[in-house]
Amino acid sequence: MSEMKKDPKPYLDPYISGALLGVVLFAAFFLTGNGLGASGALNRLEIALVKLFSPGHVDCVTYLASMGAGDLNPLDSGPVFMLLGTFLGGMISGIFNRRFKVELRKGPRISNRNRIVFALLGGIIMGYGARLARGCTSGQALSGGAVLSVGSWAFMFSVFIGGYLLAFFVRKLWT
Amino acid sequence: MAPFDLVPLVGKGFGYALFGLVGVGFGAILEMAGFGDSRKLAGQFYLGEMTVLKVMFTGIIVACLLIFLSSSLGILNFDAIAVNPTYLTPQIVGGLIMGVGFIIGGFCPGTSVVAFSTLKLDGLAFLIGVVLGIGAFGESVSLFDEFYNSAFMDRFLLSDWMGVSIGIAVVLVILLAVAMFYGAEILERVFGDKIPLKRIQFLPQNRWKLLGSAALLGTALLILVIGQPTPERKWVQMSAVEGKRLLDRDVQIHPAELLNTMNDGTLYTRILDVRTESDFNLFHIEGARSVALADLVDSQYVETLKRVPKNTVLVLVSNGEQLATEAWKLLRAQGVLNLYLLEGGINGWLDTFSHSLMLDSALVRGNGSNEDEKLHFAFTKALGGSHPVSNPMLRIHGFESAAKYQPKIKLQTKKFIAGGCG
Repeated sequence: MSEMKKDPKPYLDPYISGALLGVVLFAAFFLTGNGLGASGALNRLEIALVKLFSPGHVDCVTYLASMGAGDLNPLDSGPVFMLLGTFLGGMISGIFNRRFKVELRKGPRISNRNRIVFALLGGIIMGYGARLARGCTSGQALSGGAVLSVGSWAFMFSVFIGGYLLAFFVRKLWT
Repeated sequence: MAPFDLVPLVGKGFGYALFGLVGVGFGAILEMAGFGDSRKLAGQFYLGEMTVLKVMFTGIIVACLLIFLSSSLGILNFDAIAVNPTYLTPQIVGGLIMGVGFIIGGFCPGTSVVAFSTLKLDGLAFLIGVVLGIGAFGESVSLFDEFYNSAFMDRFLLSDWMGVSIGIAVVLVILLAVAMFYGAEILERVFGDKIPLKRIQFLPQNRWKLLGSAALLGTALLILVIGQPTPERKWVQMSAVEGKRLLDRDVQIHPAELLNTMNDGTLYTRILDVRTESDFNLFHIEGARSVALADLVDSQYVETLKRVPKNTVLVLVSNGEQLATEAWKLLRAQGVLNLYLLEGGINGWLDTFSHSLMLDSALVRGNGSNEDEKLHFAFTKALGGSHPVSNPMLRIHGFESAAKYQPKIKLQTKKFIAGGCG
């Protein structure tokens, strides 16, 4: 019995999680006029980091300057607090559902070191693509999808197509 | 009416706290759905586990139904909702790149935050990668600025693209989603549970899933039947506040204020003349554009009025005030800002300025008419915008508008919180 208590609880049914996600997404639109997001806030975080080491550089690059030039504090924005909340919410749920522990999740055929390398690499590619597409899975696909933006739907299908096209060739990473 | 511009409304502290609270809900749900686990996310691409598709599409359609239902019922003003602008090519290319990053790294930015929050090391590595990738983009975007801003279509909805009403588009999206859920269930049985094709039952088995699909479709049909609010209906909803501005004469500007604004180099003045084309050809204010009242409910046209530079003053003009007031209501109901109308209309303009100018043979004062929306002046030929009275300040050296007036123009900027991923 005590052994069972340590096991993580099962995940929520995908349709129920989806419906709850829909309600939160609606709440975001209803309260703020904007949907959910992560990469925009991460962008501000990146600018804040650059500013910490080289404030002059932020002023010079147009893309960075719009959010962090001079006296502008790149972290002074609602989505940054949403990101903070996302981190907190994940942690709270993780603790309650006994999934809060140091772990490395990976496919059966890949070494720990390679998993970390590929996660980092995938992150770099993802970060670059997310800014090019003006949003990530949350900001473009979820938020733009719900308000029927054509570009967001095109984006969403492109993500799936990109993933499926490559999936076979990188199957050693996951299966 | 929702949505709210939170930070000015409730103060920064409380506003940001609300943003944080929405985030907490978002993070907790992602975690509960299993999105903190890269294997579950990557499983989507090997067809055995369709959780990503199910959660994402359920989330999208539930939010979509709630948004458009509350807009139908007049609880939410959809015009004030930020719709991700469409930049088609960069979005498709960016999406493909993200698909590649997804299958290699096993996360998207939001889910990696959640994975890291429960101490998953691959989540942390991915998150560091994302920040590096974002940095690399910021440094390199100037090299392909043109591509980054290409195929710009602004606020472009699926309904605009298909040429149907929003209600129809919502119904179609729900049908698509339900079909995809059905396909996902079958794929999971074939590739996940490895059930031979022959033994799979293709008829839906679960009563709750059937009921859920029916409820989604029913809501979509309800949205279709009620329809989205027309400008007339929106005006009724906002008339308490906006109607008072009309009654208090806060938006009727004196001809001299219009004249000074037209000749103020720091402002753009866009004059929309809603009279008949023949009256417009007889005489109009310099720079005015003729537009029919019917065009003011064309969403594409109205969108261009909302995208004007921030220092633009829009002024509606008719012969009197009646038509301009109608036009003002229509455009305000559709969310156009910095909108004014000319006090007394063209007749008032001519009354004000023809006093100080020599009338010539082309322009004759008084034609006996005193109806509000008829010209009170007679013209021997069509003057268009070329007569000195069209812009007395510019055409006649040393002309000073003598009239004293109460200035009313106050420029307002719409704050779309540059939010989400935008």
